[in-house]
Amino acid sequence: MSLKVSDLRVYYRTLRGDVHALDGPTFTLADGEIMGLAGESGSGKSTLSKSLIRLDGRMRYVGGSVELDGTEVPIWDDAAMNRFRFKEISIIPQYSMSAMNPTRKIGVMIAELLESRGVRFKTVREELHRRLELVGLDTEVLKRYPIELSGGMKQRVVMVLSTILDPSLLIADEVTSALDVSTQRAVAEMLVEFRDRRFVKSMVVVTHDISLVYQIADSIMVMYAGRLAEKAPARTIIEAPRHPYTRMLISALPEVGVTYAEQRLTGIPGSPPGLLDPPKGCRFRARCPLASDECATEPPFVEVTPDHHVACWKAE
Amino acid sequence: MLRFDRVSKVYNVGSFGSDRLTAVREADFEVRRGEVVALIGESGSGKSTLGKMALRIASVSQGTITCDGTDISTLRGNRRLKDYYRRVQGVFQDPFSSYNPVFKADRVFAMVRGEYYRDVPDAQWRAKVHAALETVRLDPQQILGKYPHQLSGGQLQRLLIARALLLDIDYLVADEIISMLDASTRIDVLNLLGDLKARGLGILFITHDLALGNYISDETVIVHKGSIVERGRTEKVFGDPLHPYTKKLLSSVPQFHKKWEEVEAELKAREAADTRIRDYHLPVGQEPPAQLFEADEGHFVQPFPHGARASA
Repeated sequence: MSLKVSDLRVYYRTLRGDVHALDGPTFTLADGEIMGLAGESGSGKSTLSKSLIRLDGRMRYVGGSVELDGTEVPIWDDAAMNRFRFKEISIIPQYSMSAMNPTRKIGVMIAELLESRGVRFKTVREELHRRLELVGLDTEVLKRYPIELSGGMKQRVVMVLSTILDPSLLIADEVTSALDVSTQRAVAEMLVEFRDRRFVKSMVVVTHDISLVYQIADSIMVMYAGRLAEKAPARTIIEAPRHPYTRMLISALPEVGVTYAEQRLTGIPGSPPGLLDPPKGCRFRARCPLASDECATEPPFVEVTPDHHVACWKAE
Repeated sequence: MLRFDRVSKVYNVGSFGSDRLTAVREADFEVRRGEVVALIGESGSGKSTLGKMALRIASVSQGTITCDGTDISTLRGNRRLKDYYRRVQGVFQDPFSSYNPVFKADRVFAMVRGEYYRDVPDAQWRAKVHAALETVRLDPQQILGKYPHQLSGGQLQRLLIARALLLDIDYLVADEIISMLDASTRIDVLNLLGDLKARGLGILFITHDLALGNYISDETVIVHKGSIVERGRTEKVFGDPLHPYTKKLLSSVPQFHKKWEEVEAELKAREAADTRIRDYHLPVGQEPPAQLFEADEGHFVQPFPHGARASA
């Protein structure tokens, strides 16, 4: 078991009170597993991925635990996390296009970054060159400034840099959303390649695009309003989802390869609840066509069939 | 009919405008009333420039854009321009920056009234606003009197469409209006475009997302580096793609029911069995002409150097 998250609670501090952005997800990630983490904005997917790296000033750790390869990860302790960041848990940030220092040549920036983390640049230089070539970049890019590279090239540089120390867990936060369709596919396939070559052991791919993670992920976890809705192998989530939210979400997404003519899909009525004072019981209740009295009690996130977890009373 | 007749756009770039950049090259297509035309391309393809030219935000360098027979570049004077904007309106990508955060969101309606409907009495105006809001399925109670930050992206975007509808338009230019919205609300805005089409509007739907185009459009136009490479009925372009660029796009879009490799293999197999390809192939090295070749009834493709495969 690579990653084990239990009942993790992280709230945002605001003047009006705590926003319950991440309210107790419990899940595990197997060795070598690529998990797609899907959800709409405000579902808590970005809060979850950020919590595993660094809590920013507004975020408050409330409870729960994170374990990586059997070691407790002290996410509440900013200084103690330095031992894990970059080396054990690494992230490709959402705006990696602008993640690089514009005043440094890329090679210089990478060297400075590594030295600041106590790694001699010389020891990884060859590996860096090998990996740049692997993602289809000339090592000449190290002599260039970020502004001289296209969006897709910058994205690949950051991918190589984030994984150069072979972390156990990689978090890829919306890495493909700013890219063109054709580059998107190449970058997504590179993530799989990185796992296959054991540059990283396991991976969480955060995205709002379920069809993209279906292409590359082993499993997909769907979040709604700070809680987990469903986790299952990728194919199961697409073909046999059990949670009403997952079902409605998937049936609301148009795709290519289907002729629609005048046929219309339906959206999900309503909008997600505010998390300043989240509703009791199931948080999807207000929008759910199946909701009944028992939904006033919070449904547990249970395994209904092997590897298929759902938080819904109606998911037989 | 909103017709693009061999429209080009050339920008002067570089110091003192010494270099020229062709953003759009001889684009030729039309948007009819009661029809959604999807204009699909990646960043830098010139798709937004085409939309801007139709709205007269950018000038046309060569060729003409006509709206029901009138060349829109000849429209001079406030009155004639206003008449044009009564019929053609645009909605853009980012609903959050389309509003002035200092003012209430429904001020966009008041601005339309100030410009176009000064003589309309209050009661009649209110009825008009309510009718427009109803069309975009917004509840006036929930929307009117709110500030932009109190409304969701989907609501703001629908409000902008309602604003356009106040003018009794015939054509709508919708530039990436879905991209900033969440998955569960996207489909509602898309379906709204379908409703407007049924009411007789012609819609130019500009997007980078092939799935959205495939869902809502009747005609599809694929642009690549300023040139139209393929256009035709949506089911033709998506079901029987001819140009290598279209094929490349189709094999890169993630699907739900098929993996990338399967889609790619299918396209390859189809291409191997395709005998029409020699009708529109070019000798290697020859510059593709701007004029498209009609490969099938109403299905046009830009001739391309033969041997340029889906990976090209």
